[in-house]
Amino acid sequence: MVIVPPSIDLAAVGPELILTGAASLLLLVGVFLKEQSRFLNPWIALLGVILAAGCASSSLFPHTTFQGMYAADLFTRFFKLLFLLGTGMTILISIKYTADEQIEHAEYYALLLFATIGMMLMAAASDLVTVFLGIETLSLSLYVLAGYTRTRLVSNEASLKYFLLGGFATGFLLYGIALIYGSTGHTNLAKIAYAVSHGNLNTGLLTIGALLLLVGLGFKVAAVPFHQWTPDVYQGAPIPVTAFMSAGPKAAVLAVMIRVFEQSIAFMNVDWTVWITILAILTMTVGNIAALVQSDAKRMLAFSSISHAGYAMVGMAAASREGSSAVLYYMLVYTFMNIGAFGILALVARQNEQRTAMRDFTGFAYKNPALAFIMTILVFSLAGIPPMAGFMAKFYIFMSAIKAGQNFLVLAAVLNSAIGIYYYLRFAIYMYMKEDEAPSTLPPLRASLGLILALVISLYGVIRLGVLPAEYLDFAGKALLTF
Amino acid sequence: MQLLIFYGFGFLALFSGIAMIMSRQPVTSALLMILNMFCLAGLYAQLGAHLIAALQVMVYAGAIMVLVLFVIMFLNLREKAGIVSKHGVMTQAVGIAVLGFVITAMVSKLDMAKLPAAKAPAADFGSVVAIGRVLFTDYLLPFEITSVLLLAAIVGAVVLAKRKV
Repeated sequence: MVIVPPSIDLAAVGPELILTGAASLLLLVGVFLKEQSRFLNPWIALLGVILAAGCASSSLFPHTTFQGMYAADLFTRFFKLLFLLGTGMTILISIKYTADEQIEHAEYYALLLFATIGMMLMAAASDLVTVFLGIETLSLSLYVLAGYTRTRLVSNEASLKYFLLGGFATGFLLYGIALIYGSTGHTNLAKIAYAVSHGNLNTGLLTIGALLLLVGLGFKVAAVPFHQWTPDVYQGAPIPVTAFMSAGPKAAVLAVMIRVFEQSIAFMNVDWTVWITILAILTMTVGNIAALVQSDAKRMLAFSSISHAGYAMVGMAAASREGSSAVLYYMLVYTFMNIGAFGILALVARQNEQRTAMRDFTGFAYKNPALAFIMTILVFSLAGIPPMAGFMAKFYIFMSAIKAGQNFLVLAAVLNSAIGIYYYLRFAIYMYMKEDEAPSTLPPLRASLGLILALVISLYGVIRLGVLPAEYLDFAGKALLTF
Repeated sequence: MQLLIFYGFGFLALFSGIAMIMSRQPVTSALLMILNMFCLAGLYAQLGAHLIAALQVMVYAGAIMVLVLFVIMFLNLREKAGIVSKHGVMTQAVGIAVLGFVITAMVSKLDMAKLPAAKAPAADFGSVVAIGRVLFTDYLLPFEITSVLLLAAIVGAVVLAKRKV
């Protein structure tokens, strides 16, 4: 019996290997570390992230490896760097938080790294089997992270809700994959694309499979009407975890959507952009309108993150290379600005997350002018006001959709942006225009080193990508070429 | 004969699946689930996938069911844990109508004639050798990812369940 050895390119999966190593190291070291030296944990994780980022940015020749399971191309590299950025910033804003809540465990950081590995595999997956395993690795880590502050009931609720509904969504995802396999005979995306464009297939079966897949992915990206879990989970989870969940995992699911729908299903004679268009309009509108009425800042950011996924899907509905690259750019900008904003929220919320309401920002500008100014820049960017990066990101998305003739969709998106400006500006109103009536007895807020580092990265991204977007946009555009 | 066995297992699997979610007794549900798992194992065996069938019986009908029964025993669940009566008639009616619409739409879309022709499986289909060979060549990466996935799951379970981390 002759066994042909599989194609293995360990350099391509280098970042994943480094993160797995760092996570295992954390778990091992965690056993031996005394409680007073637990502060080392985040730095070990951060070192792993930086090494992985170095590995991910080394030059590569676009190819698929592991028997066509894993695509090592610029698309993968773009997303890997995006995820590592998100994870790095999350670790930075977690340092003080985990110390305050006494959850500074090696496991917390190890699970963050496991989640990142899952996201990387999702972005790199060129086979539905790898897609599924990546999603599961990500989701399992997130279920636990959402409930990591075990003494808080809301956190337990968030974890359980996410787990039960997430398990249900996985069923849809698997069923969709099974039906696609049933109609084409393949799970490999390239082979599915070939079968779809060349064979006399059962399109009914394939359509149902693709729809079920879309439901499963829609759940993971929190698209309306599959978003019911989002507000409670985002509100219950520890703030750094919410920041993490709102950026990286969404980008990972969008990466899968772009790969699956634009690479494989695109050749099907069913207009899948209609489904994405409907999802995008619903997601933007419901997310924004719900965010409008929130008085809790954390919950508001949760709803607004739903609407941001909607904007990104507008770019997908354009179904062009330009649209997809705009989605990539959008998710990069969103990672920069959103994690920074959550970092400041974590500071304002103080211990045990007691003060996450909008009114807790009252008079923030008088006590912490610098932080308030940074928060203002970040929320302006989230609202899409030039010259911040959020504006450029929205601009490219809308432009690509107009070029694709999706005028109605763009109209809906622009109207939604206007709603977004209203509730984002409430932050500025509370911080600058309302006097703190009762003199507070609380100790003054001081930004920790980790938060300052995270905010510097965040500000750099928001201003650099807003003023000089060409270089990153070029990277995002090239990423689509090597599909 | 083969067809008869197939339909036998198929209908029994469907019946036990539906009965499982309808039953109000947790233990009855668990036992019906075992029946369902066994039927699936029978279907796998009929397809020639003997190893998968055996694993199905050992892992699902064996190990996992023991866990489920243990949990039921520990939680001391009584009859009250039924979901059927919790919702109003309207909610149920709407749910059934939507589900019915979706299923009709799905079935009407299906074009049985265009299902890919059944290919005769390879001679060693479903054997331990064949599965092992594919697992460590074509599916090497998924196999390795699964180990990371399981590690994350173990760490997560310990974190959530331990009294003091």
